[in-house]
Amino acid sequence: MRIRISHEIAHHYAPGARMLIQNLRLTPYGFDSQYVLRWRIEVDIDSALRQSEDAHGNVVTTFSHHGAPIERLTVSAAGEIETTDAAGVVRGAVERLPAEMYLRDSPLAHVNGALRDFASEATAGASDPLDAMHRLMSELNGSMSFDPYEPDEPESAVEAFALRRGQARDFAHIFIACARFLGVPARFIGGYRAADEAGGEPGAHAWAEAYAPRLGWVAFDPTISICADQRYVRVVVGFDGQDGAFVRSAHGAAQDKVDTAIRVEQAGLQTQA
Amino acid sequence: MLARTADNLFWLARSMERADYIARTIEATLRLEYLPKSDGDKMREWEGALNAAGAYDGYVAAHGELDEETAVEFLTFDRTNPSAICNCLENARTAGRAVRTALTAETWTAINDAWLELKRFEASHRLAQPLDRLALARFLDYVKKASLDFDGSCYRTMLRNDAYWFNRLGIFIERADNTARLLDVKYHLLLPSTEPVGGSLDYFQWVAILRAVSAATAYHWVYRDRVKPWLIADLLILKRAMPRSLISCYESIDRALDSLARDDGRSGVAQRQARATHAKLERASMTQIFQGGLHEFITAFIEDNARLSNTISEQYLFT
Amino acid sequence: MTEVEAFDEMGPAGDRTRALYKKVARWLEETPSDLLASRRAQAEYMFRRIGITFGVYGDKDAAERLIPFDIVPRLISRAEWRKLEAGLTQRVRALNLFLKDVYGERAILKEGIVPPELILRNPYYRPEMIGQRAPHDIWVHIAGIDIVRVGDESFYVLEDNARTPSGVSYMLENREVTMRLLPDLFARHHVAPVDDYPDLLLACLRSVAPRQDLGEATIVILTPGLYNSAYYEHSFLADKLGVELVEGRDLFVEDDQVFMRTTLGPRRVDVIYRRVDDDFLDPLVFNPTSLLGVPGLVGAYLAGNVTLANAIGTGVADDKAIYTYVPDLIRFYLSEEPLLKNVPTYRCREADGLKYVLERIDELVVKEVNGSGGYGMLVGPHATVAQREQFAAKIKADPTNYVAQPTLALSTCPASFETGVSPRHVDLRPFVLSGADGVRIVPGGLTRVALKEGSLVVNSSQGGGTKDTWIVDDVDGEA
Repeated sequence: MRIRISHEIAHHYAPGARMLIQNLRLTPYGFDSQYVLRWRIEVDIDSALRQSEDAHGNVVTTFSHHGAPIERLTVSAAGEIETTDAAGVVRGAVERLPAEMYLRDSPLAHVNGALRDFASEATAGASDPLDAMHRLMSELNGSMSFDPYEPDEPESAVEAFALRRGQARDFAHIFIACARFLGVPARFIGGYRAADEAGGEPGAHAWAEAYAPRLGWVAFDPTISICADQRYVRVVVGFDGQDGAFVRSAHGAAQDKVDTAIRVEQAGLQTQA
Repeated sequence: MLARTADNLFWLARSMERADYIARTIEATLRLEYLPKSDGDKMREWEGALNAAGAYDGYVAAHGELDEETAVEFLTFDRTNPSAICNCLENARTAGRAVRTALTAETWTAINDAWLELKRFEASHRLAQPLDRLALARFLDYVKKASLDFDGSCYRTMLRNDAYWFNRLGIFIERADNTARLLDVKYHLLLPSTEPVGGSLDYFQWVAILRAVSAATAYHWVYRDRVKPWLIADLLILKRAMPRSLISCYESIDRALDSLARDDGRSGVAQRQARATHAKLERASMTQIFQGGLHEFITAFIEDNARLSNTISEQYLFT
Repeated sequence: MTEVEAFDEMGPAGDRTRALYKKVARWLEETPSDLLASRRAQAEYMFRRIGITFGVYGDKDAAERLIPFDIVPRLISRAEWRKLEAGLTQRVRALNLFLKDVYGERAILKEGIVPPELILRNPYYRPEMIGQRAPHDIWVHIAGIDIVRVGDESFYVLEDNARTPSGVSYMLENREVTMRLLPDLFARHHVAPVDDYPDLLLACLRSVAPRQDLGEATIVILTPGLYNSAYYEHSFLADKLGVELVEGRDLFVEDDQVFMRTTLGPRRVDVIYRRVDDDFLDPLVFNPTSLLGVPGLVGAYLAGNVTLANAIGTGVADDKAIYTYVPDLIRFYLSEEPLLKNVPTYRCREADGLKYVLERIDELVVKEVNGSGGYGMLVGPHATVAQREQFAAKIKADPTNYVAQPTLALSTCPASFETGVSPRHVDLRPFVLSGADGVRIVPGGLTRVALKEGSLVVNSSQGGGTKDTWIVDDVDGEA
């Protein structure tokens, strides 16, 4: 599937920001079932964009500003990606860290008693880790309600599970916390998802990957209860949503109001020559 | 130096100077108390003292009616009054701790000792109600001494670098502000030379001003005349020889800013503003000042002085 | 309560006093108690005037307390010190090689010497540093190694501190105060000086500047600020080194370079001696709510434009679980036998260790692997039955987080109180400096003393005190 994406982040700073620095993780790159046809990041102030790679292998774009106060700033990322359905298996991706590191505890994907009980019950009788992850995903999807518009957003897996509701990232955090508790390395994935015929809004999305002994990393989306398919564009990997965030920024003492506009569309089919 | 350090040194010096000034003002007002007068007059003295300390509006808002004990409390130990001696010393020490490395050991000790003494007086003061005049007098003496120790140790032990010049700027800008306020409050007592002089009661008022700025003896050496109100204004505005005069303060401010400019290799708006104010004072005469109105002259001076303080903040990037 | 027989460093009175301490013993005998009292008061006065106070977390009124200082010096012979020095140098070299390996090849894991999860799942193991090399391969520029003495001959390493070890300012101020307080006693011994520590530290920091060719490097000390319990030390060191003391808000990063805000505009910074923990260093990479750090600092560090002392990620080396492997690290990296012994330690993560610890909890000191400052610790012999049961439950819930050691009879040293002179348990924290040009250790270090009678807890945050440490020339008849 060919997917066209445009992601615009508009910042309004009050008072004007005299100091700005942003780390953007907005650049997808290719692996076996994902090919980047074109991708471009633009920032509408005078500042050099520098690229580097972080510990997970994500492409990080950094820019900074120091001086005259800035009141508005827009960051845009846009491009076209071609994807194929690999039943969620992620092969050929940049792997900088040993899989075992993804068993680490991380602040947003931490387990408590309730989550430990849930994880054990949901996967009781599983034949192997892959089976366990499927059961976990399905049970989790059944137990939680998807509610991205509530004003009081849960911060972590523990909070979201206590409320039994949340947005995609909360589902992902709970899945990751449980998987790690069960001894399965798991990580947070941020990216985009194209619409499907059954509904499901297109836009930015969050899901998880778990490490199965023979297959390697497999993508699980507990919000929808499927393994990632060709509708998914994988952008950023993290231990959880904190280091897997699209944008991490600092702007001195100024307040930041952010408006985001994301379009994810299936591009027209190629015409045959 | 770090902009934040310069900021702290500047305000540290202003706080120590202010503590000294408030202590002197209270002392001078207490002395006036001993004169026979009506209760109304007594309260006018405290109204004057509070005004001279820039604390009158705050006092009225917090306590309404004037009475001596509350006024003294307000100026010494009341934490809700930003200009109270306790807050001056507390702020000085907090700022001093924040910039320990820019102060010599002796300078730090002067500030820290003053603060330790404050704690002791506060503790005993809480137990001794009503107002213990003896303890208060001792405390005010202590504050004056501490400020002298601070000033002296800066002068004698600090390297003549940025830290020292920002310290001097703080002291002299605050001193100029305080002297100007003191004059302004009492201004209605000071009459131009053509008006008849008041009776013996006014004489003590004028001498009180002189005592507040330790100028009683200085006056006589300079003028070899009876205390005359317009000469007091002359002494405190235009006489270079008088360390607390506005012109003397500006001489020091000019020198400090010039030294900073020389060390940094650049001069800016602050240097120009200070020179302009200094020049204005050099050209002025008392006749001229009284013609235009002493109150107007002093008000303009206080504004210019405050503006210079802000300009220094901006130029040296105080955060 | 089991009492352990402790080695007293001075020795009993009379002929059997150790030769090293003979003059001190005589001084203690001959000095009338009111003179000792006046010395104690003088010492307190001096410390208070210096303002060498510290804050205790969670105690608002004790906004400023003095760390108690005991006037009786603690003596160690030069011969003993030489042995310690060699052992400390060896140990810190091994720790630096370990860090280089653990963020690089991970040979020590591949060879099966350290279990992988101890590293890979360690919260102090920073993924950001994987594949990165610290400038000159020095990760721990300043290490505080806690040493205890058990019996006449045996020095043991109790703990390594490789992140932001503190206490050196007390070492230096204690010497100043002692020289002024006890000039005669001081003059009668030949005490190795310690006041070149600031110079050595400065040389160490200069030697690791990112570019040695660009003239004099700008060095700063980064402090969390006034309300941090060790603030006094940060300002003391800045003063002695002649460098700026900065807080996060005084620095900013542009184009991967670090600058400080001066009255003349921004000035580039080359080396940061940082006393802020990794987690608070950079809100863009670590804890996003930290106000103590500098956004973009890690980027500048990874770009090689600024050196941080100590490096990011050294916490994985001073972990109490890794501590148990340090002798193996010395053998692996240096092919040498460890000169300094570890205290025998039982790992609760191992089934045998857990069983042993739970059975003998009344005899052992149990510590949290990631604790510090003496918190999260149980001193078995001094705890009540209820406390032991509570702690045992915690261990069972999270065994990998606990290790235990036998209650050591830490050596004692005479201390002076209102009630007289009596022995108290002491330890020693020497400070080991590693620069591009080698390892240096100032003779002595900070002696910490447990002031409560019978207490083994020396940490200042829990009521311990300090002493001046004298490395003195050998005396005839004493090794």
